[in-house]
Amino acid sequence: METLEFRFASPPAGTAADPALCGVVGSGNLEILIRAGDDPAACQLSIKTSARGFGQVWQAVLGDFAAGHAAGGTQVAINDMGATPAVVTLRLAQALTEYRGGAQ
Amino acid sequence: MNAPLARRSWFEATARARIAGLLDAGSFSEWLPPAAAQPSPHLAQLELPGAFDDGVVIGYGKLEKKPIFVIAQEGQFMGGAVGEIHGAKIVGTLRRAAVEKPAAVLFLIDSGGVRLHEANAGLIAISEIMRAVLDARAAGVPVIALVGGSCGAFGGMGIVAKLCSAILISEEGRLALSGPEVIETVMGVEEFDAKDRALVWRVTGGKHRYLMGDCAALVDDDLAAFRTGAADFLVAWQEPAPSPALLRAAQQSLENRLAAYGELRDGLDVWAALGITDPAAVPLLERDELVALKEGLPT
Repeated sequence: METLEFRFASPPAGTAADPALCGVVGSGNLEILIRAGDDPAACQLSIKTSARGFGQVWQAVLGDFAAGHAAGGTQVAINDMGATPAVVTLRLAQALTEYRGGAQ
Repeated sequence: MNAPLARRSWFEATARARIAGLLDAGSFSEWLPPAAAQPSPHLAQLELPGAFDDGVVIGYGKLEKKPIFVIAQEGQFMGGAVGEIHGAKIVGTLRRAAVEKPAAVLFLIDSGGVRLHEANAGLIAISEIMRAVLDARAAGVPVIALVGGSCGAFGGMGIVAKLCSAILISEEGRLALSGPEVIETVMGVEEFDAKDRALVWRVTGGKHRYLMGDCAALVDDDLAAFRTGAADFLVAWQEPAPSPALLRAAQQSLENRLAAYGELRDGLDVWAALGITDPAAVPLLERDELVALKEGLPT
């Protein structure tokens, strides 16, 4: 297992009442928990992944996410079981939508 | 005007989606939600990523306006296997049920049994769950097992399922003690061919379990069907007080069953012995046809 931490500048997501969870820690899948963070201009991410040595890929995928979405003021925790970058990108967007109240 | 609602598979759904489809809309509140829970320390020591909820969702809500406690295992996370925190969440829910007496505990089982990574902690958790199920039932609270996930109910969770007041199962659901691969590994492929999926379902699958009387109801693989099945069952069910007479009767019926079917090797043979004229047709029957077939059997 590898633990990774990132912090990216991102426009504020707005304040949400509740944390949001999506995904399951199953093969090729991951779960993402988003809750309020302390810096409204930054998205903090912490990842535990079963696949070692993919730090640069994570950095690229998560950096794209933070640049393309208003995700500032959030703290994102991820448990990963070998999800591909495409799955990670989709789940992040899904989790952020749920967090901001547009569930489903 | 009213387009029929699309069927939503229980088998394919996550634990959280099952709860949402099972209970009255918007009525569910979770205990120890992901943001408050702690992933398994054992898995972390083994360098494996855990899940925030440790693979089980617990909480309370309503079914047809009745107060209900819910336990839902997530089969996609480590095969729904029971670890220390996972087990403690289940036990806590059942113990609370014995005190607060909801109308029922709905136990959405989807598990291969003990989480081997957690060894003794998982085994102890299973034994605590067994005791807690019986304590809740002794307090008059029905505990209903719903089985229809990809992991079925095997190992210790197979025993737990049979300790519940009743089991509702879908054709896709499976129920047994040792899983097919375990039997093949220990006893050899001549004893049981775990790769023969049709055989696996003829021996452990929902239709066979329902025909044998192991399960109170057979439902379609559909969230709404499980909801209706559970609600209908609860209307008709009165939890009996535990008694030696009930246990003796259950023991006697198991002995009769062993004597009648103990030598048979395949569900097909058992169904023929039950009096079904065309056993080979059973795997292809729709749910309603199978229920009609069972109701027409000699008892």
